[in-house]
Amino acid sequence: MKASRTSLIAGIVGWLSAIVMFFPIFWMIVTSFKTEIDAVVPSIVFEPTLQSYAEVNGRANYLSYALNSIVESIGSTILALAIGLPAAYACAFYPGRRTKDLLLWMLSTKMMPAVGVLVPMYLLFRDAGLLDTRLGLILLFTLSNLPIVIWMLYSFFKDVPTQILEAGRMDGARFWTQLRYILIPISLPGIASTALLSIILCWNEAFWSLNLSASRAGPLTAFIASFSSPEGLFWAKLSAASTLAVAPILIMGWITQRQLVRGLTFGAVK
Amino acid sequence: MAARSREVRTGPLLAPAVTVLLFWMIVPLALTLWFSFQRYNLQNPMITGFAGFTNYKILLFNARLWISILNTLVLVGSVLAITVVSGIIFAVVFDQEFPGRNVARLLVTAPFFIMPTVSALIWKNLLMHPVNGFFSYVSRWTGLPVVDWFVDLPMISIIMIVSWQWIPFATLILVTAMQSLDREQLEAARMDGAKGFSMFWNITLPHLLRPISVVIMIECIFLLSVFAEILVTTSGGPGMATTNLSYFIYMRALLQWDVGGASAAGVIAIVLANIVAFFLIRTFARNLERD
Amino acid sequence: MANLRLQNVRKSYGAVEIIKGIDLDIRDREFCVFVGPSGCGKSTLLRMIAGLEEITSGDLLIAGKRVNDVPPDERGLAMVFQSYALYPHMTVRENMGFALKLAGVPKPERDSRVEKVADLLELRQYLERKPKALSGGQRQRVAIGRAIIREPEIFLFDEPLSNLDAALRVQTRIELARLHERLGSTMIYVTHDQVEAMTLADKIVVLKDGRIEQVGTPMELYHHPVNRFVGGFIGSPKMNFIRTSMASASAQAVEVVLPGGTRMRLPVNGAGVSTGDRLDLGVRPEHLRLDEQGPLGGTVIVVERLGNETFVHVELAPDMIAIAQVDGASTLQVHEKVRLSAEASASHLFTADGAALPALVRHPLVAAQIK
Repeated sequence: MKASRTSLIAGIVGWLSAIVMFFPIFWMIVTSFKTEIDAVVPSIVFEPTLQSYAEVNGRANYLSYALNSIVESIGSTILALAIGLPAAYACAFYPGRRTKDLLLWMLSTKMMPAVGVLVPMYLLFRDAGLLDTRLGLILLFTLSNLPIVIWMLYSFFKDVPTQILEAGRMDGARFWTQLRYILIPISLPGIASTALLSIILCWNEAFWSLNLSASRAGPLTAFIASFSSPEGLFWAKLSAASTLAVAPILIMGWITQRQLVRGLTFGAVK
Repeated sequence: MAARSREVRTGPLLAPAVTVLLFWMIVPLALTLWFSFQRYNLQNPMITGFAGFTNYKILLFNARLWISILNTLVLVGSVLAITVVSGIIFAVVFDQEFPGRNVARLLVTAPFFIMPTVSALIWKNLLMHPVNGFFSYVSRWTGLPVVDWFVDLPMISIIMIVSWQWIPFATLILVTAMQSLDREQLEAARMDGAKGFSMFWNITLPHLLRPISVVIMIECIFLLSVFAEILVTTSGGPGMATTNLSYFIYMRALLQWDVGGASAAGVIAIVLANIVAFFLIRTFARNLERD
Repeated sequence: MANLRLQNVRKSYGAVEIIKGIDLDIRDREFCVFVGPSGCGKSTLLRMIAGLEEITSGDLLIAGKRVNDVPPDERGLAMVFQSYALYPHMTVRENMGFALKLAGVPKPERDSRVEKVADLLELRQYLERKPKALSGGQRQRVAIGRAIIREPEIFLFDEPLSNLDAALRVQTRIELARLHERLGSTMIYVTHDQVEAMTLADKIVVLKDGRIEQVGTPMELYHHPVNRFVGGFIGSPKMNFIRTSMASASAQAVEVVLPGGTRMRLPVNGAGVSTGDRLDLGVRPEHLRLDEQGPLGGTVIVVERLGNETFVHVELAPDMIAIAQVDGASTLQVHEKVRLSAEASASHLFTADGAALPALVRHPLVAAQIK
């Protein structure tokens, strides 16, 4: 009896919270299917239309911003994995006396507030010709996410029992063979989750992407930001653009939620 | 496992990451420090020269700096409180079995994956707009006074938006942490007579203390640099009401082009962050020991 | 010839020396067991032989060749790990065939060799399964199969039975003994369980704190332990140690005074023992029997009946308890007073530093070199 009563209370509270938390997103999606005139009237009853989506896609701008988001997120993720995977491997399987200090130092670099170095980064980028370039943003995203990527991979690698790699050793597998036939297949889910977290963090990054990019390399974060000073009716277009911008990440995030916890807490919570 | 340095050189594996992060640490910081001691304004690039501590003196005597620091603390503190408490409640709730639990949990965690610019603009326009926003509609329908959120309660509005984004983070972490609660320990406590609130207070909460501290510290890192939400909604206003340290520096650097002043403020921001960092590193060092 | 020799092998981690000078010969086809308490270094020693740990100094020779710097897979060894260490993402067939695949053996030959070994271990119907779909005993057989398929000169086993439940452990122990019979290979086996050591080994190496305490056949170790540690380690229930004082000693016999005042004479070489030296009498429970006129007496405090035999714990004096093995039909109860006597020729005397006084008569099984 007791159990079902707590279950009932939990259910009510749980679903109430779910509705409240999700409501803004729900409202955004609903509004995206309205015309601009309907959009300013907060009602659920309306004639759904794809007009706003068409208008968003009609502007050539949108697609190029979307492409920038894709290129910059994936590019940064590939770079971060290329740099981070060997480092995480070394820390997990060949730890030395300094490994712990090294990992903590990497963690500390994440704590530097981006705003603290805004000035020099702006000037450096300006002088190096990196302002408003995809490469520039890819580099900055990678620098920001590298500590998280390394820690997350480290955490997954530590879960692989060393005895399995030793068995590989006894069977004749040297470094590259071990990596290819044993380590990577076993930790593939972990590597995939790390990649997804990196993509999510890059896609949603809203400091460097707003300050160091403009029309050429600006990702979707910047595109949406332009709606903050618009003219005329724009809510439906904003909703449509926003829905398109967040949908892929929302889905990705939902799928890998559990695994992301490791990366988000630097391995402290599994 | 002993380091088999004969067979695998760890040097080349670690070198790229270490070099890259070393550069990232040293160069920008050194430059910021350098600039903070320079008289350098991009609107008047001709005037240069060593400024000594002038920039710092100007800043520290500028009430605006202190207001922005205060706003930062208010913002971070409020969001921390709201998200951690909500996270704990949700963790307990979602630990119970009820129909559709998994779907409900997905809905609750959704806001975390929405990019900050979208969150802010959706809240500002679709929900909080004093004429056509959903909240005003509800107010009119129920007879409550309409709130012009960003004019009357700007800081609270920002806090609402940021909390909405970060409650899922705390929830996700704490829900995961709840799963590692040893069921046998709970059963032993049951035999000892604990149930309901006393079970929560004496067993669940102590177990959650470590993940809660992790949540607090990680949120601190990110919350100290809240930027986009302010940029697209209030631009720091009205007046200085929603200017936090990040926005303050941004204004100085990219709006007023005061490189020297912005750099000095940047140094102050870094110092602030380091204080939090000190405690964070200590906690994680202990975690590493335990592994 | 799959023989192995360790010459003054040492290992240190930084300033701490964990393996302190091991000299050992293992002959071709021998089943050699490393046994000892936790932390004695037996697993470390095995891993040094395997090549998974470095040898700080000393020589490891396999078939006469020094192999300290030879990689693990080129030493002619195969290892069965305590956790089995099966590749979780590969099927049983792929697990067993992995070493062959790396060596470039073509698929048809690989398959036939895998199937042959699978037949030997009764794994044929599990070939396409992944480890998580197997029971503990099956996984262990796959681990053994993976080792067998490499046709090594020497097999290494690192506590292979410790993850199995009691019944499975006994069964698998017997299968391992028969496997050794069948394959005729040299086997080095690490365990903390002295029953496994006694039943499987041709030669037992007892280790403690990184040193060899004694090397010998099971019977040698059982009947003639060279020190108190080996005496107490081998045999279950544990050997009883009773404090005595010396009455007289010569090279032909030693007489001691037991608690209670009576005396006992043992056929051991007492040369070098001085008056007042502390001597501990070591008697196994199976060598104590009920005797109305026996020299030892006390109160029964615990009775453990196993059906075929009964163990009685007798309090000889405050803080001195002896365990005696009596017939299963015994009707002894707690609180009863009993008297015991010990078989002199099967008893041992240990000096204060733990060394055993040499026995003058070798046990018949040992003399006949029956393992």
